[in-house]
Amino acid sequence: MEPLLAYRHVRLIRRFEERLVGLKTDGLILGSMHLCNGQEAIPVGACACLEQRDALTVTYRGHGWAIARGLPLAQLFAELQGRASELSGGLGGSPYFCSARHGFLGENSIVGAGVPIAMGAALASYFDGSGSVSLVAIGDGALNQGAVHEGLNMAGTMRLPLVVVVENNVYSELTPVRDMIPTATLVERAPMYGMAPATIDGNDVDAVESAVRQAVERARSGGGPSLIEAHTERLVGHYDLDPQHYRPAGEIEDAMTREPVGRLRSVIGDAEADRIDDEVEQELDAAVAASHNVPFPTTESVTEHLYA
Amino acid sequence: MQTLPETRELTYMQAVTEAQRWALETYPEAIVFGEDIGLPGGPYGSTKGLRKAFGERVFDTPISESAILGGAIGAAMRGRRPIVEIMFADFFLVALDQLVNQAANVRFLSRGEFTAPITVRSQQGFTPGSCAQHSQSLEAIFAHTPGLRIGLPADAERAYTMLRAAIASDDPVIVVESRALYQQKREVRLGGPVEAVGGARVVREGSDVTIVSWSRMVGEALTAADRLAERGIRAEVVDLCWLSPLDMGTVLDSVRRTSRLVIAHEANLTGGFGAEIAARVVTDGFDLLDAPIGRVGAPDIRVPASPALQQALMPNSESIVAAVDRLASF
Ligand SMILES: Cc1ncc(C[n+]2csc(CCOP(=O)(O)OP(=O)(O)O)c2C)c(N)n1
Repeated sequence: MEPLLAYRHVRLIRRFEERLVGLKTDGLILGSMHLCNGQEAIPVGACACLEQRDALTVTYRGHGWAIARGLPLAQLFAELQGRASELSGGLGGSPYFCSARHGFLGENSIVGAGVPIAMGAALASYFDGSGSVSLVAIGDGALNQGAVHEGLNMAGTMRLPLVVVVENNVYSELTPVRDMIPTATLVERAPMYGMAPATIDGNDVDAVESAVRQAVERARSGGGPSLIEAHTERLVGHYDLDPQHYRPAGEIEDAMTREPVGRLRSVIGDAEADRIDDEVEQELDAAVAASHNVPFPTTESVTEHLYA
Repeated sequence: MQTLPETRELTYMQAVTEAQRWALETYPEAIVFGEDIGLPGGPYGSTKGLRKAFGERVFDTPISESAILGGAIGAAMRGRRPIVEIMFADFFLVALDQLVNQAANVRFLSRGEFTAPITVRSQQGFTPGSCAQHSQSLEAIFAHTPGLRIGLPADAERAYTMLRAAIASDDPVIVVESRALYQQKREVRLGGPVEAVGGARVVREGSDVTIVSWSRMVGEALTAADRLAERGIRAEVVDLCWLSPLDMGTVLDSVRRTSRLVIAHEANLTGGFGAEIAARVVTDGFDLLDAPIGRVGAPDIRVPASPALQQALMPNSESIVAAVDRLASF
């Protein structure tokens, strides 16, 4: 991806989430949020490979994926404030963004549950012959949930057009993933499910884009599913109020030297970056302002969409 | 020589920790495991310090609920006494097989030759901004399953006492805590005799109406009783504590004194455990009633994130007072 554009996207996601922290401090958002600070390059690189017809399913840490998939910022801000957004009408909040019109099957706060669902989207594509691909993002820890194994196995057995991106941010909530899996890497599970493996630097937009593009093409042409392990680091807590006692001193500072926003800034230079920063702030100002005009839901809305 | 029990002011969460500490000290076969419960001390802090004190008997697991529950069953069948945590009750649903098809059948199918003395801790309920897959009240599923025991402590003292009873029991017992109550404090008598699983409590005496409740709604029932008292209505509040085994004697005795009954829970109304209590009171105590039975629960909804909606829809002391008022016309 063109570096100016890549910078714009990662910066937008970073600042979107930083704005959320501010909105929460102002009492406009209640409940916990799982921020993707540091992981922005993965959704940006991956979504660049998806077409409108493709399906996307992600984790509760999915603000970046929603933005990269093009969901409207004002509606995202509104949803987070519990307003009657065009997304979930305020009923979902931070971990359940979804939008049919964007092929965004949604976030999910049950770890790993998105894998069988994404496999099902790939199954639909298999039957309707649409050539659409299903991409699912999960965390490293999610690879241990039983439903994930079932979903991967079925995708591999049927050679479904599924791309699984594992965002390996080192931690499963508060526990380092290396203490939770017996193998040296996550991706070595791929062959046993008949999936093509890849390991990439998840902080490098181009590396993400090229690996995902290869996997998407493979899926679209009937080559079957792929499992991509993208290495990255969380620059913030597991959720927004996490005191992170479990993290060694200096770890985040060290990760800051590798994170995607700073990395792309050094590629494009400060002058261009500053210019883009200004545009991003204006876009976010406008979106926050627009979100404040979205009304709050009525209590009836809670039963409106339970049944056809 | 027996040491005297010590009384300390504890939060609900600390009471849960103390009960587990007691278990690890009392039963050499006790082990404690779950996601993030070892070194980090639990996502809410309810296992804080246990790993340090007891070493590898307290350990972290992968995000693998089926393995946590099934592992507890197998270990229990081979002599351990596992205490495991399912972080949110909603996550039971990814591993329900291990509880409903497996744990509940161990004693039954082996004619008692095998037992599964496992304790499963979890927590549930609405809190401001809590999300749709982290807020459900699922106790009716477990109460519906013969072979499982389930209790829902309403305060720190109950949390300590009921968790010890669960751990001492030789059956699979589920103790569902209330996240909303974790920081509430109360005097808790540590040590002392271990209660058996089961038994309800009258937490406030009254003569005009009985309010039966459990978990967090007991506090709401007590607040409702205060409001009603201002208007001269004396409500008796029963904390059911355990849905299985169910202590209907305490409920019927109370209805005998008051002739009116309201049942209040946080779970959805339809198929909620309140319906079971109502049916039993009608069957076994029809002549005790002067009015229909009132039921209070969440209005058959998926849980909305919007805090304004949660507040509007959560059953609370006001809905309990309104239910009592509806009975007053009879
Ligand atoms: C089935 C299930 N079990 C446990 C949880 C609690 N939980 C939420 S996030 C999380 C850690 C997930 O780690 P990982 O998959 O690595 O994703 P990350 O948070 O690092 O993005 C856990 C255990 C859950 N939401 N769902």
